[in-house]
Amino acid sequence: MVDIPEHLLLRSAEARAKALGITVEQALAEMKGESAPTVVDDEPEVIEVDLPTPVKAEAPAPVETPKVEEAPAKAEAPAPVETPKVEEAPAKAEAPAPAKAATPAPAKADTPEEVDFAPEVKVTQRLLTVVKAKPIQKAASEPVDKVNTWPHLMLPEFISLMAMMAFLILLSAILQAPLLEEANPNITPNPAKAPWYFLGLQEALSYWDPQIAGVMIPLVIGLIGFAAIPYIDRNKENNPSKRKYAIMMYTFFLAGAGTLTIIGVLFRGPGWNWTYPWIDGIWFDDLLDWIYFE
Amino acid sequence: MAKLTLKERFKKVSAGSGDAARASKFATSIFRPGSPFRKGYSDSPRNRSYVVMNNVLYHLHPVKVKRHGVRLSYTLCLGGMSFFLFIVLTITGIWLMFYFRPTEMAYADIQALQTSVAFGSLVRNMHRWGAHLMVLVVFLHMSRVFYHGAYKAPREFNWVIGVILLFLTLFLSFTGYLLPWDQLAIWAVTVGGNMASYTPVFGAQIKFGLFAGLEATTATLLRFYVLHVLFFPFIIVIFMAIHFWRVRKDGGISGPL
Repeated sequence: MVDIPEHLLLRSAEARAKALGITVEQALAEMKGESAPTVVDDEPEVIEVDLPTPVKAEAPAPVETPKVEEAPAKAEAPAPVETPKVEEAPAKAEAPAPAKAATPAPAKADTPEEVDFAPEVKVTQRLLTVVKAKPIQKAASEPVDKVNTWPHLMLPEFISLMAMMAFLILLSAILQAPLLEEANPNITPNPAKAPWYFLGLQEALSYWDPQIAGVMIPLVIGLIGFAAIPYIDRNKENNPSKRKYAIMMYTFFLAGAGTLTIIGVLFRGPGWNWTYPWIDGIWFDDLLDWIYFE
Repeated sequence: MAKLTLKERFKKVSAGSGDAARASKFATSIFRPGSPFRKGYSDSPRNRSYVVMNNVLYHLHPVKVKRHGVRLSYTLCLGGMSFFLFIVLTITGIWLMFYFRPTEMAYADIQALQTSVAFGSLVRNMHRWGAHLMVLVVFLHMSRVFYHGAYKAPREFNWVIGVILLFLTLFLSFTGYLLPWDQLAIWAVTVGGNMASYTPVFGAQIKFGLFAGLEATTATLLRFYVLHVLFFPFIIVIFMAIHFWRVRKDGGISGPL
């Protein structure tokens, strides 16, 4: 047995003594196993009403009869515990149950139909409505057909990356990036061209006022206009056949920007005059090593 | 002997090879449960989830994606390509920084890089063509998103972030354009700076701030260098993080059409 500290034992003995109405010493002795535990039978009896011999049914009631010889030594006179005076404890199985318990039992056993298990319960419910069984929360979205990211997404992704890497290395091995003479602010090349992605803009600059072409187009159309697209286009459809106007507008933009860029890259020569690349050659240094028309 | 399929042949060759190494405590300390590099990996739904969940890089992806979204013909992998090109450009760019000084020595450094550094020319070409490619791919990505109507609710704001990313890509490319310090670089940037000077009210100030003076000098070179290697990468990484995060928060890929 685990050693229980004395003060804890004492505390629980006090609690037990208070609960059972016995002395602390008695409780302590019981807990230490020096005396048989006191039994209080004021708990409600479980009565098996349909048994013909209720006395037998109660026979195994936990009547751990303390020895009469030992009991007086503990001075348990004030205890309300009914300690049945039985001569021999082992015979308790055959012995009749404590008188208190035995007396009401036969009466109930005789009239089992009168047993009222819950006399206070009256039938008070009535049918108000019938509520269909359905979940309280409604799923917001339909279940979608999904696949595992690994391997169905990551494998094609990896292959794409490798293909792109191979393409880039091959391109870099074949095409030399341009490097002209050292920068010289005193020698202006003719024409001086911006990077290719700005050449559409530079081309537009040759048509319109610089404040329109150089500022309004990139800033108002390019940045603000493009960022505002989702707030302008309130059409919820994403099927191309149901958003023909938006697609048409974007395609116009693509075609316009593409045309301007191609003109700027290939068809503009000295003095920003119109040239044909197959006649006058390329006037765009980034492309010089790529394409030869001669 | 029966003819083996490629898969069976691979299994036969790889059976047992490296099993001891893959089961070692060292290997299992590196590869988290569910990694295909760990011994005992088997193709099960649970392990397929673990591959994604237990890896910090793959964790960018959700465990499951919509079936139509994994078709290459839907996204053309353009967003992923943009990100991949950015990584390639970062790596080659850091490598190039070892050989480059943003001073009047810049041109000489590029020449030395091309002539006397191992793979110098190749890496420089990769950086330059990769940059052009990235501008193109980002633009194509935007067009793809537009044609799929993928900017519609709830993805409106991610489109805005995307437009900002496109402009940041352009700025990154433009600031890098000056760094070789040759005639092409200086005059292209001069043209670009002159375009910016047409801004109403603040035109001259913008050009002055961009060029660190009235025209492109080595001060401009230093300014563009810092913008190119530090400032814009820093900004674009923040916006990319928001962009990728929003892709998932807005419900993954759009569609189907």
